[in-house]
Amino acid sequence: MTRAIQVQGLRYRYPDGTQALDGIDFHLDSGESVALFGANGSGKTTFVLHLNGLLRGEGSIEICGLLLADDTLQDLRSKVGVVFQDSDEQLFMPTVLEDVAFGPLNLGLSPEDAMTRARTVLKRVGMAHALDRAPYHLSAGEKKRVAIAGVLAMDPEILVLDEPTTFLDPPARRDLVTLLRGLPQAKVLVTHDADLARALATRAVFFDQGRIAGEGEVIEIVQRFHWEYS
Amino acid sequence: MHIPDGFLTPPVWGTLDAISAAVVPWVARRAQRDTQDQRIPLLGVMGAFVFAAQMINFPVGPGTSGHLVGGTLLAVVLGPAAAALVMTAILLLQALIFQDGGVLALGANVFNMALLGVAAGYLPGRLWGRKPVTIFAGGAFSVMTSACLALSQLRISGVPMGGSVLWASLGLFLISALMEGAITVAAVRAIERLNPGWVAGGPQSSSSRTLPALAMATLALVVVGTLIASAAPDGIQRLTGQGGTASAWNIRMIDGIGGLVLIFALCFLGGKLIFRRRSA
Amino acid sequence: MHHLVIDRWSRGSSPLHARDPRAKLAVLLVFLVAVSTTPPRAQIAFVAYAALLIVAIRLARLPLRGLAGRAALVLPFSATFALLTLWSGDALRALALAEKSFLSGMAALLLVSSTPLTAWTAALEGWRAPRMLILVIQFVYRYLFVIAEQAQRMRWAALCRRGTQKGYFDFSAAAGLLGVLFARSWQRADGIYHAMLSRGFHGRFVPSPPAPFRATDAIFCSTCFAGCLAIRLLL
Repeated sequence: MTRAIQVQGLRYRYPDGTQALDGIDFHLDSGESVALFGANGSGKTTFVLHLNGLLRGEGSIEICGLLLADDTLQDLRSKVGVVFQDSDEQLFMPTVLEDVAFGPLNLGLSPEDAMTRARTVLKRVGMAHALDRAPYHLSAGEKKRVAIAGVLAMDPEILVLDEPTTFLDPPARRDLVTLLRGLPQAKVLVTHDADLARALATRAVFFDQGRIAGEGEVIEIVQRFHWEYS
Repeated sequence: MHIPDGFLTPPVWGTLDAISAAVVPWVARRAQRDTQDQRIPLLGVMGAFVFAAQMINFPVGPGTSGHLVGGTLLAVVLGPAAAALVMTAILLLQALIFQDGGVLALGANVFNMALLGVAAGYLPGRLWGRKPVTIFAGGAFSVMTSACLALSQLRISGVPMGGSVLWASLGLFLISALMEGAITVAAVRAIERLNPGWVAGGPQSSSSRTLPALAMATLALVVVGTLIASAAPDGIQRLTGQGGTASAWNIRMIDGIGGLVLIFALCFLGGKLIFRRRSA
Repeated sequence: MHHLVIDRWSRGSSPLHARDPRAKLAVLLVFLVAVSTTPPRAQIAFVAYAALLIVAIRLARLPLRGLAGRAALVLPFSATFALLTLWSGDALRALALAEKSFLSGMAALLLVSSTPLTAWTAALEGWRAPRMLILVIQFVYRYLFVIAEQAQRMRWAALCRRGTQKGYFDFSAAAGLLGVLFARSWQRADGIYHAMLSRGFHGRFVPSPPAPFRATDAIFCSTCFAGCLAIRLLL
């Protein structure tokens, strides 16, 4: 069975010379959810930016059996949906509907089909009432749901979420967990939030200075690396 | 400096709307050639940045503070075409949403601030290299250009601005111009310290200076010329604003502006010809 | 904030909101030209224009006082020049100056308060405004408040630590603030570009087709044109 993600020997050096990733081996099975822990600057976000080719390093990355390369980039970007930490950077179109339709339009759907798909996905995330609203007016939780919708509209096999619970209040956080639990895609969760990881992920990987320092069950990793706030 | 509706007469706003409507698409094509669609979020964000930056007060003395206008800063960071396009977008939003400047007068405001204002801010650096002194000069020239053009357009439209009022306005604008220069230099220096790559490099020493020099001369000519010409129709003082009846001054006005546009066009085309011959 | 109120108003619903944005834009221009070319002695015309605007505002179900208040922001500027004109002995012209700028401001405000930004920018694009300009306008508008709010928070934070130092230090602090705001804005633009790429963006924005121009819109246009023309020529 082909794995959803297979990364081997990933290395990446920043333009200023720092070795951001120093030989990462990573895998993700279909339908599995993995949490990425690590200090700020340990390479977690740099790593996930490689998964859809925004950054290109040395080593091999296979998504659903397809090797990441210049000619497969566009295809793979529809398979890997990335939800960024800052929703304001993700929702850049004037209205919610237009923003969610952005992905499908780029995939080549007709404007009508793109809008239909956008409406369906917005209903799925519970934001069907906000079609014509400007993203600025939404709360952090609502923006996060619209951002997820924008990514789901591309029908991905894998979801990557970078610090999804930043700025969310407890109710919004609960809603997010419920939403993510109900989505069948394989998930990579970059997070400091141990509770989120425990709720959603079956496995955790710990990043330290560009390398993987540990891998195992979420609770075990949290305890081993003292990854709780108290 | 934004001229509202109701101040300019139809020949003035009509001509300037026509000029801007013709030049802005050309500027957009230039900007597109230099930046590609991927830079559109950057242009948009820079526009929002300039808007927001205008809220930050720079104290320049007891009870006086100024704020950034931004044309020169944009030109330094994005290049002249993209800067002109962003300024046009800003002016359009300011006119429609913020009631800062009129809609019919948009052509005039775009001409004064987004086109000639940005050009005036960019040219000193283009001619003499990117240094604090040229950035300062750029900022100051940019504001003075926009101000002089606006004042001329108002005068040609019959808004009474006798000698003392004119000199007082020019004096106030000069202070704003100097502030713009100082703020732009300070901002560029702060930005450079964070990342030198953000400030677009100066021109190569080998690139011809003829066209920019000619452009600079034409700009000065147009600005000073319109200011002087706006004083020429002395009949304006006696006008009661009866509009259609005194057709003579309509024609004289069109003549005046038309004449200057013609001079500008001739200089521009002449410069292009010389430039092409040089490189042939 | 001002533009947030207008944004909210523009998403309302009313017979005026439902009209095609191109029609509304055309009517605005005709109105502005009529007002601009009206001679100062035709004071009754200005009253008629105001009446026309009030009818339109009622049609749009918008608050008259709110709109008038915002349009009045142009008055301090016009008042200065109106006074100058008054000094030079032309009272009618001075009055006309104030009236024209106020009425024009109200009309423009009415357009943007009854038409969402995407709609009127699409109308401009239909009239062959350069696509790049339209996109830049939309992006500037989208990030206007985000960055302005950032600037506000940074200003407050700086004010909290201002103490009693003044003069040069404040100037350099403001410059530093501008620099950091610029840096964050630039990084934000990078983030947006990454988000665009991640959703399949491959170089060109895909435009959406314009809605068809309906008979109601044509009737609306011709009625307003006729009204403006009548006022301009008869009064």
